Amino acid sequence: MLKESLRMSLSNIKANKMRSFLTILGIIIGVMAIIALITVMESATGEVTAQFESLGTGKLTVQAGGTALKNGLRETDLRRIEALDNVSGISPTLSQKVSVVMEGELLEDVNAKGYGFAYFRHDPELVAKGRPLVPVDFEQQSRVCLIDSDLAHELFAGVEPVGMQLLIHGIRFTVVGLLADPDVDDVFSMMQAGGGNGSLIMPYTTYMRLFGIKGVTGLEVYIADTSRTDDTVDALESLLDECFNYKDNSYSVINMENLLDVMDTMMGLMTNLLVGIASIALLVGGIGIMNMMLVSVTERTAEIGLRKALGAKPRSIQVQFLMESIILSLLGGIVGVGLGLLVSKLLSNLMNIVFVFSPGAVALGVGFSLAVGVIFGWAPARKASNLNPIDALRSV
Amino acid sequence: MTMENAFFRMTGICKSYRMGDEWQPVLKNVDLTIEKGEFLSILGPSGSGKSTLMNIIGCLDTPTEGEYILHGKRVDQLDENQLSVLRNREIGFVFQSFQLLKRQDALSNVELPLIYAGMGVHKRRKRAEEMLCRVGLQDKLHHMPNQLSGGQQQRVAIARALAANPSILLADEPTGALDQKTGRQVMELFRELNDEGRTIIMITHDVSIAANASRIVRILDGELSEGVPEDA
Repeated sequence: MLKESLRMSLSNIKANKMRSFLTILGIIIGVMAIIALITVMESATGEVTAQFESLGTGKLTVQAGGTALKNGLRETDLRRIEALDNVSGISPTLSQKVSVVMEGELLEDVNAKGYGFAYFRHDPELVAKGRPLVPVDFEQQSRVCLIDSDLAHELFAGVEPVGMQLLIHGIRFTVVGLLADPDVDDVFSMMQAGGGNGSLIMPYTTYMRLFGIKGVTGLEVYIADTSRTDDTVDALESLLDECFNYKDNSYSVINMENLLDVMDTMMGLMTNLLVGIASIALLVGGIGIMNMMLVSVTERTAEIGLRKALGAKPRSIQVQFLMESIILSLLGGIVGVGLGLLVSKLLSNLMNIVFVFSPGAVALGVGFSLAVGVIFGWAPARKASNLNPIDALRSV
Repeated sequence: MTMENAFFRMTGICKSYRMGDEWQPVLKNVDLTIEKGEFLSILGPSGSGKSTLMNIIGCLDTPTEGEYILHGKRVDQLDENQLSVLRNREIGFVFQSFQLLKRQDALSNVELPLIYAGMGVHKRRKRAEEMLCRVGLQDKLHHMPNQLSGGQQQRVAIARALAANPSILLADEPTGALDQKTGRQVMELFRELNDEGRTIIMITHDVSIAANASRIVRILDGELSEGVPEDA
């Protein structure tokens, strides 16, 4: 019986191709919008999250402007921060633009950074060639540095850079290592690199002496156990308060994880909002289906009467019409899912983000269209099944 | 009581329709008994109540009052679903305007009542073919209704009415939309079917068509009387 209803519904849809197509267009557009929005949003969220994570979770970024009397953190302050519970290490993040001289050639606009030992311990893959900075470099304020591939290209062009010497700020430095290229070519690492002619990293102790800096204004604090990050932030903040004599706005602590959470929430909110708007298209599509079904019931009054005279129960008539509206909307749903995935694939290519296939979105699209078919097909099907066969037969 | 054994018996059938505040009687105390194998004409002008009577005979409607027994079942007490089953099994409708589904071929049209009888696809296809052969359309199985003449369409409709092997073939002005010649051919087919033992009830306003039947009853203003009046 169900198979018969299916066959009858299909033949009726086929008989009214144009009308059926226009009717399901609303569903197609609605489902397509939902699929595309969810997929693009999920892809974008995944992308941004990955970028944030590459920037580093499990670490706090401290901006310590300090007070008028005390510009930045002193060595003793750093030692106290390092000794805090749940802190696995710290690395000052100092940087400025310098000029570098190599065999009489001047290269301007080079980004010189002064980092701590923990920076290298934190990520052993940073060094592509040569050696990282080691504790003795920091104690002795060694005149050594690591350079990135951009700078190596500018200065040495093909020559092995490790072991070479160059002048920074008039002081002779030895290149001990080559930095690996960051594997994620994202906005943040581009911001860190800051363009120019590449960058080099030296021990922060050497850096402070070279440029005559007394205090550390930028600091990364690495967390051992990320589940206790909040406690560590509290401890760090009370320590920094003490360091800067409880002066307001003397420092700020940025927790990447918090930022990530906020971002996730915002993206989720955006997705819900957009899907809500797209659902309106689906609602309109549903009304279209209901309209077509009502027209169809009126047109086929005689057919319904005949079927009833031949022994069709009200229920079989209802099932047939309900089936028709479900097939229509499901058809729209499936086409919509296909188009939606296509659109989101195109969009993610355009936006240069990784396309993430979302089974949840597909299930939602198909489920929504199914629900639309049942909800908006119910009343017309009910109307058809309640037709009086005598009146229906008389209508011809 | 022989009630359970009765093939077709109507006793004191009344049907009234509500017109505003008043009840308008359409059928007044109709008694009608038909034996298996009879060919009966119900003759009456339009407005006489013959359509209402046909609807009640065809289990499309139930009487306001009275008792209707068809094949041993009390029709007047059944609900809509039970009436559907009864129509499917006991009544084969033939309409004035054929009432074929225009998007389906002859075979599918004949299969229709068998679908609602729950017959499997192969069995009902075979049965539909048999029925179309019986009415002489063995070479038109896959013709669409609009490719068939009026007479042929009515034959498809008759094949459809016979498909589920009902107790009664109920025809409402079966020649009304046909020319005289094809009308006569359809009547011939009816007589043949009656000779084979089919019970046929035919509703018409045309005395010459009614004359094909072995028995004629006349309906006027909702009242039934046996035989043809002198002035007809």
